[in-house]
Amino acid sequence: MPKDHGIGASSKRREDVRFLTGTGRYTDDINLQGQAYVHFVRSDVAHGTINSIDTSEAENMPGVVRIFTGADFAAVGSIPCGWQVTDRFGEAMQEPAHPVLAQGKVRHVGDPIAAVVAETKEQARDAAEAIVVDIDELPAVVNMKEALADGAPKVHDDLKSNLCYDWGFVEDNKAAVDEAIKNAAHVTTLELVNNRLVANPMEPRVAVGDYGFANDESTLYTTSQNPHVIRLLMGAFVLNIPEHKLRVVAPDVGGGFGTKIFHYAEEAFVTFASRALRRPVKWTSTRSEAFMSDAHGRDHVTKIELALDADNNFTAVRTETYANMGAYLSTFAPSVPTWLHGTLMAGNYKTPLIYVNVKAVFTNTVPVDAYRGAGRPEATFQLERVIDKAARELGVDPIALRRQNFISEFPYATPVAVEYDTGDYTATMDKLEEIMDLSGFEARRKESEAKGKWRGLGVNCYIEACGIAPSNLVGQLGARAGLYDAATVRVNATGSISVMVGAHSHGQGHETTFPQVIAEMIGIDESQVDIVHGDTSKIPFGMGTYGSRSLAVCGSAMVRAAEKVINKAKKIAAHLLEASEADIELKDGKFSVAGTDKECAWGDVTLAAYVPHNYPLEDIEPGLEETAFYDPANFTYPSGAYACEVEVDPDTGKVTIEKFAAADDFGNVVNPMIVEGQVHGGIAQGIGQAMLEGAVYDAEGQLLSASYMDYAMPRADDLPFYIVDHSCATPCTHNPLGVKGCGEAGAIGSPPAVVNAVIDALASGGKNVPHIDMPLTPHRVWKAMNA
Amino acid sequence: MELADSRVINASPDIVWAALLDPEVLKACIPGCQEMEGSVEDGFTAVVVQKIGPVKATFKGNVQLTDIVEGQSCKIVGEGKGGPAGFAKGGAVVTLAPDDGGTLLTYDVDAKMGGKIAQLGSRIIDGVARKLADEFFQKFQNVVEGPEEDEVAADASEETVVKKGFLSRFRKS
Repeated sequence: MPKDHGIGASSKRREDVRFLTGTGRYTDDINLQGQAYVHFVRSDVAHGTINSIDTSEAENMPGVVRIFTGADFAAVGSIPCGWQVTDRFGEAMQEPAHPVLAQGKVRHVGDPIAAVVAETKEQARDAAEAIVVDIDELPAVVNMKEALADGAPKVHDDLKSNLCYDWGFVEDNKAAVDEAIKNAAHVTTLELVNNRLVANPMEPRVAVGDYGFANDESTLYTTSQNPHVIRLLMGAFVLNIPEHKLRVVAPDVGGGFGTKIFHYAEEAFVTFASRALRRPVKWTSTRSEAFMSDAHGRDHVTKIELALDADNNFTAVRTETYANMGAYLSTFAPSVPTWLHGTLMAGNYKTPLIYVNVKAVFTNTVPVDAYRGAGRPEATFQLERVIDKAARELGVDPIALRRQNFISEFPYATPVAVEYDTGDYTATMDKLEEIMDLSGFEARRKESEAKGKWRGLGVNCYIEACGIAPSNLVGQLGARAGLYDAATVRVNATGSISVMVGAHSHGQGHETTFPQVIAEMIGIDESQVDIVHGDTSKIPFGMGTYGSRSLAVCGSAMVRAAEKVINKAKKIAAHLLEASEADIELKDGKFSVAGTDKECAWGDVTLAAYVPHNYPLEDIEPGLEETAFYDPANFTYPSGAYACEVEVDPDTGKVTIEKFAAADDFGNVVNPMIVEGQVHGGIAQGIGQAMLEGAVYDAEGQLLSASYMDYAMPRADDLPFYIVDHSCATPCTHNPLGVKGCGEAGAIGSPPAVVNAVIDALASGGKNVPHIDMPLTPHRVWKAMNA
Repeated sequence: MELADSRVINASPDIVWAALLDPEVLKACIPGCQEMEGSVEDGFTAVVVQKIGPVKATFKGNVQLTDIVEGQSCKIVGEGKGGPAGFAKGGAVVTLAPDDGGTLLTYDVDAKMGGKIAQLGSRIIDGVARKLADEFFQKFQNVVEGPEEDEVAADASEETVVKKGFLSRFRKS
């Protein structure tokens, strides 16, 4: 019988009441007295020198309050990067300045040049259109390999080249890996592209700056996954505002997928302009702006080699990846192709020798940073594609080849620096075979053939490092912040509880799941617990939501704070019950003395804490509120096995996804329904990447796919019914809840399954196509099968 | 974006060539052309209002004629700035060859778009460009081939006036 409350119950998402009734409060719903509106003038060339910005006509247009250009920001700090990668020669990465408004040069289409603040949105836009920017266009670099060629135009004149870093991991293993590949019985090589994506959250970015002259306090309302990170980056590095004078609020946020982690120029602009003008300033991104100013995702070009011995054991993996950084370093961009990618190249397999080389490259394109999965989908895709290709080349069953090479003993220290604490890859593969009904595949293939379609089956595994991350470790790896989290459990006098958490909920359902945990620990009804998030003035601290970390890291902080609360409450209960603290038990919201019938209710204790008439004031303070910071001891390692069946139309190359199953190991699960929803959404994005999505630049750096006419998002009829299972749970060993994180798994695990399935379908039709780059549009598939 | 086509014009290469270099003819034939000034030697400046998908904009630009092989071929190079709509620039190589009493006009356009019009997607732009090129050369053909007799009498539209003007000027020279 499934639980109906607490940990393990599929409690309905309480936040959906407001989301589904249109009563959410998003940043764009915030309208302040006297607010002005900003419209940005953005570059329509990819690379150029600004000769002049003529604002004379615009300044006299109706409603214009003030026009800002780069000159106004000359003394303002650069938008900082939060992670410094050290290259394989021990040198720090090349790190260019990233101005709020362009300083003399534009470096990508969409780079902000000037900003008009006016009384209305329309007036700001009209005036922006009257600004004449004279730009001498320079040759642009778009292709990463061309950007690294001698004599290529430089994105940043003050850098040595367009190479951000040349990273080797593990550099000490390089010679041994080279040797193993040379001596291997078989080497499978695959060159592939991990296509550039645009996150496209339903809610575009919005920022409202509000400066209070009387107390010299700035407030920024923004569409962020992590308000404290924005306060830190913008306050300390860009605008020089101390924390106590800067409040950052991220109210309801309509989806983030990574692209709302980062600190953006527009946030700094509205905060700065509000101070300068002494009135609130608001910016709401249009969808077109979102395409050319939200950080993009992925965009790796990789060559991977997998070496096997004569018994088909993996002996070495060597990769060479070009990772696009775009024109500037976005907040966490350098970490994505390195520490979030190289460390995952062992996958689920006991490959003893691994060497990963990544060249991060500046180009005249929108900056690229973390997008759902961030580095881990890129790692999974190349590894699971090359294994499939190896199986095909060797004529062995791809599932058997994987099983043979699975890591089976835990903890397992990979040759790429991470230690997996738990997992059972055989169990998830067994489960996958069962829920996918793999034994029925051949019959289904025949049915498809009878309809004139080629059916293919693709299977893959994945592993991810989530619960980001141990601070001392990431500090050594170049992070310029700690990655702990924090929570305050505030028990009110009548026993209800507010939990202030550093994680931000923008679709993940924290408002439902976090109270489930507290309710379980104390034994009270979930409705007695609310969480508060998204406001630096209300929550203790927090590094926010990304990297499937909320429950594993912030949830652990919450558990630690709740444990402190319970310990104190037991002391109070011991006093009330005239018993020894050691004998007090808390169950179902009641304190009792072990072995007796003496008890008192949760509410009696909480009331005593706030009305301390009969209270041990000499020993304990009144009140019942505790804060905990939690720094994880390790990453968590969710893993799983995914399968996809497709039909390919031999006449047109059109692919339809017929069946899709996911067997995940997320450790313990707090709310199975929400976990399933997260997996569904992740798979939809993974299928989107595999089948439809792709940001396309022309050779001059014009973004051609900058609207939904040309950037195809997955729709309901592109997606199958999913079969998902998370019953193979090996709980995380180092966090109190035993949870691993589920937010990114679907997006990480699904693209290789789709591509493997299409390759298999083509093979069944007699077309031996080694690889097709995503997205697998009918055009690409048809071209590949008719090559 | 690349665009290549040809059409046969029922006039001698000399007449077609002269028309191609005549700002009045160009003004009349370029779809949406509001102003056109200048000369072959110094280049032309033009103002063109055009609608591409949902974007309507006034393009201000200049046009140069280069690589002139008298009476045979030239390259028309231009750049237009549409303000917030973006920009377009490119070139068209136009070649004339005698064809059974008429002229075979071949054009090969290579154009680049930036800003909003690029972001709308090349599939729209290709279609629009093809339509504009068709429209231009259709009008050009009409002007050069001259009006039918009854058309001159009945129609005093700008295009017909230009046709008459062009033909009479050409016959005088």
